[in-house]
Amino acid sequence: MIRLQGLTKRFGETTVLNGIDLTIDQGERVVVIGPSGTGKSTLLRCINFLDRPDAGTIQVGDLTVDAAHASRAQILGLRRRTAFVFQNYALFANKTARQNITEALVTVQRRPRAEAEARADAILAETGLTEKANSFPAALSGGQQQRVGIGRAMALDADLMLFDEPTSALDPEWVGEVLDLMRRVAERRQTMLIVTHEMQFAREIADRVIFMDGGRIVEQGPPAQVFEAPQDERTRSFLRRVTR
Amino acid sequence: MLGLVPILLGYLPLTLFMAVISMVCALVLASLLAMERVARIPVLDSIVVLFISFFRGTPLLVQLFLFYYGLPQMLPFLTNMTGVQAAIIGLTLHFSAYMAESIRAAIIGVDRSQWEAAEAVGMTRMQMMGRIVLPQAARVAAPTLVNYFIDMIKSTSLAFTLGVTEMMGATQKEAAGSFLYFEAFIVVALIYWAIVEALSFAQKRLEFSLNRAFTR
Repeated sequence: MIRLQGLTKRFGETTVLNGIDLTIDQGERVVVIGPSGTGKSTLLRCINFLDRPDAGTIQVGDLTVDAAHASRAQILGLRRRTAFVFQNYALFANKTARQNITEALVTVQRRPRAEAEARADAILAETGLTEKANSFPAALSGGQQQRVGIGRAMALDADLMLFDEPTSALDPEWVGEVLDLMRRVAERRQTMLIVTHEMQFAREIADRVIFMDGGRIVEQGPPAQVFEAPQDERTRSFLRRVTR
Repeated sequence: MLGLVPILLGYLPLTLFMAVISMVCALVLASLLAMERVARIPVLDSIVVLFISFFRGTPLLVQLFLFYYGLPQMLPFLTNMTGVQAAIIGLTLHFSAYMAESIRAAIIGVDRSQWEAAEAVGMTRMQMMGRIVLPQAARVAAPTLVNYFIDMIKSTSLAFTLGVTEMMGATQKEAAGSFLYFEAFIVVALIYWAIVEALSFAQKRLEFSLNRAFTR
């Protein structure tokens, strides 16, 4: 289970996250929507301390961290219980597709190399990238790179997978294949927290949709409720703009 | 005049020995300095900045004299230091200061999102630097570092001022013994030139293969 309590993040004078409370059950798929600059990405980045939250607690599985007094070991602990998919893929440029997947399994999780490679090959097959196993990121299309990025995150068997606008940097022609892969991950009841602007996709796979504005959760509920019968005026106005 | 060539080449191993040892030590030291400059560890950072500033801001010859003739007066345990040792220490410190700046620039040049990805999969700082950042920085810095190695080889000639009979020292002796100054110094100049040309050729090959790395 994932539990955030009072998660707060300030950049200088600006409060980007204003006391976020959020509980995510195991296997739940939660999609975060909202206008840009409302703290959606920051919320994800604070959960694994890519951005350091100023206050609040973060619980992932058996680890609870007080954000204001997080130790280095606790931060590593959060990162090792979560997996992150980046908007711009962020693949290791000096590693092949296969090595991008095995890297953390070997260096972080200390799994035997043969086991890590078998896992990577299984994931490459699943993502349709077996033939690109020995290609470096520079030789892959955007869609292929993001599939490797998702594969790298899948391999970690994390308690929580975080997706930070995974299709926003892609050319339109590659969006479909990346969403297809995310659907397959969702089908396994992997716990997911996804920030996206793909509303149709959100409606399809989400167990719960969260609408954020101004660093707060304004409204949340099952996709049918949030999309068909939004309660808050800000949600209604946002949905009008993006679904027009 | 050509008879000088084999005589002087006999001292080439010592020249190369000093250059290679100094280069290896300087590479290690420069990498540490560069990583500190990137991490900016309080207090240590000021010391590193001062170190780099001093060794870039004073002539190598002054540094060599300081180590060989000056320091043993302050630190008696250095009295038995040989000229070769002093030259290696001087070359190491001097060049590490320059190389640290090149390596630092190469480290900073590694795409920020890859640092975050390394953090996100739970790597420690050491793992991130060793497995992701430094290999890519090395590729960027390598041609520049070969330049410093070339400079290093030529700079070993200053060791003759510490009484070391390396190639330059040997040339000086040969010239003084025969009064054939022009012949002696033109021969040694050609030898240095040939070595540097060979390294420049290797550098071009290296650059070519580095440009192809990570793209297939």
